Amino acid sequence: MENEAGALSRVAGLFSSRGYNIESLTVAATEDPTLSRMTLVTAGSDDVVEQITKQLNKLIEVVKVVDLSDGDHIERELMLIKMRAVGKDREEIKRMADIFRGRIIDVTDKSYTIELTGTGSKLDAFLEAMERSAILETVRTGASGIGRGERILKI
Amino acid sequence: MSTELTGAEITVRCLQKEGVDHIFGYPGGAVLYIYDELFKQDKVKHVLVRHEQAAVHAADGYARSSNRVGVALVTSGPGVTNAVTGIATAYMDSIPLVIISGQVPTHAIGLDAFQEVDTVGITRPCVKHNFLVKDITELATTIKKAFYIASTGRPGPVLVDIPKDVSQQKTAFVYPERVSMRSYNPVTKGHSGQIKKAVQLILGAKRPMIYTGGGVILSDAAARLTDVVRMLGFPCTNTLMGLGGYPATDKQFVGMLGMHGTYEANMAMQHCDVLVAIGARFDDRVIGNPKHFYNEDRKIIHIDIDPSSISKRVKVDVPIVGSIPDVLDELIKLLKAGKEQPDQAALDAWWTQIDLWRARDCLKYDRASPIIKPQMVIEKLYEVTGGNAFITSDVGQHQMWAAQFYKFDLPRRWINSGGLGTMGFGLPAAMGVQFANPEGTVACVTGEASIQMCIQELSTCKQYNLPLKIVNLNNRYMGMVRQWQEFFHGNRYAESYMDALPNFVKLAESYGHVGMKIEQPGDIEDALKEAFKLKDRLVFMDFITDQTENVFPMVPGGKGLSEMILV
Repeated sequence: MENEAGALSRVAGLFSSRGYNIESLTVAATEDPTLSRMTLVTAGSDDVVEQITKQLNKLIEVVKVVDLSDGDHIERELMLIKMRAVGKDREEIKRMADIFRGRIIDVTDKSYTIELTGTGSKLDAFLEAMERSAILETVRTGASGIGRGERILKI
Repeated sequence: MSTELTGAEITVRCLQKEGVDHIFGYPGGAVLYIYDELFKQDKVKHVLVRHEQAAVHAADGYARSSNRVGVALVTSGPGVTNAVTGIATAYMDSIPLVIISGQVPTHAIGLDAFQEVDTVGITRPCVKHNFLVKDITELATTIKKAFYIASTGRPGPVLVDIPKDVSQQKTAFVYPERVSMRSYNPVTKGHSGQIKKAVQLILGAKRPMIYTGGGVILSDAAARLTDVVRMLGFPCTNTLMGLGGYPATDKQFVGMLGMHGTYEANMAMQHCDVLVAIGARFDDRVIGNPKHFYNEDRKIIHIDIDPSSISKRVKVDVPIVGSIPDVLDELIKLLKAGKEQPDQAALDAWWTQIDLWRARDCLKYDRASPIIKPQMVIEKLYEVTGGNAFITSDVGQHQMWAAQFYKFDLPRRWINSGGLGTMGFGLPAAMGVQFANPEGTVACVTGEASIQMCIQELSTCKQYNLPLKIVNLNNRYMGMVRQWQEFFHGNRYAESYMDALPNFVKLAESYGHVGMKIEQPGDIEDALKEAFKLKDRLVFMDFITDQTENVFPMVPGGKGLSEMILV
């Protein structure tokens, strides 16, 4: 969509006014600074998704809409997670982070902050694997998506 | 090097370049520079209303009756919030408007300044698009875009918010001849493969039905539609917004459909085998509950400029996205080129059935009543004006009776708030209609409840000598509310009675107009004749009507179209 003030609120407003769900939404400028790209995750029947697509296309600042789940695509989400890490837990948390290909990016004598990237379900699985009481804080970006192979969304 | 102009001058010059002859507005602090520039020229005539809601309704009536973009000018804060009802009304009915609003200076935005509101935020859900112009060098292009967006594709209101300092700053003025936007390219041509499929279905139909809406009016496609319908010999119904799209006095017209549609139109909708929907959106008041929207299997063809209108409430078989005139032209071409004709024997049988439904005479009412029946007033209004008037209406029972009993043979003659259902629309809309059609006969059919929602505009009418004819169907009730309370709320008329009404005759007179009170059925015709003879005066006709009259037929909410309550 056009990288203009207010474009994001038009999209968000459309979803709330028509009663559609937003599960996650990420947006940032692209390599072309006049454009920004949004990845929005929503859920609904085929009819609802069709209406969402049509309604988004009607927004003047939306340049192009594709349903990534129509074809092969890759999606990734970033999570930062701060864990209480003392005593023997430090070793265990480090080991789990390695298994999930996470990286420890900040350390104190009581905590680790881990950076983890993957699909939403991978991040969920990591959280499942951690002891609940040891999780001090998490922050997730929501998914960003891109088509597989030669599939390109470009203006 | 061209001379530099202020933002206010640029705004007015843009309006001139767009050929705008009238704008409707109300001044205030944030638009003073723009008003100052309006004062210095006479190409764009400003009409001073008495409330910003009326400014937008007037611009709306102007647009609906002329197929030109209506323009309104309001100040920041309360000017904008008052305008919102008008903007939402236009949005729901896809009316091309440009609304220019003043805003507090850019340096004050966000600081809760005097008369500041987040105009772009407040109007976002009820405009086709809106702009806040923070940089004067973008002002002219933005106004050009506003007119372009408002009038192309599925039309709609576009708002341009101009901060006071932007209207004061200077820059070189260049008005672009055209604008193109990579993110906005409305389609015109329909998909030819889809149109071929539609032709096949149409020619194979045994019980066809053509159902058309406001899109036919908005796209000026009424003449083409009439050609197609006559060529095929099919029955045709119009929605409330589509009246005048097909001549109402033609025998192939089966009346309006919907909640208060005719028995024959609604039954034909439910029993057809091929339904051709043109510029209509299967609205809840038009087709009732989509789950009960058919009595027999059928195929639906849907022609509309807006893809999001297609398969929104009802799944269709042959969607055709395109501008209606283009698609109908293609359709006519294919029909003429092919050898096949509609199945005449099947069509004859279908018309026999429809005529049986017609014989039910669903709009009958007690013509011998000693109390004025509102239906009779509309019938007489139709006769006295020869069916040639522009009729605006407010919202409620009177609106439905006007739609049922005034036979619109031409498009853009029936001006009402169909989507939003805005009481208070009728009078200011009629002002706009009169400005767009100075020689036209303009009547506003209203009720004693609706008219009071914008009654202050009687003052505007006096200032500009607008010879409107107001037909007030006065039953001392919010009639449609009363009707629902009678049918669905056990006759408990909660707050729907209109007590302490003004003396409308004196009220009209105090504004400098002519007032008439009509209480006998036998006086209706003479009163109307007398009123319409007064060509240069506004006449307020207060008809005291039967309090208990209801609008029939009626499809209760949640029911299918064939489940009508009949007289």
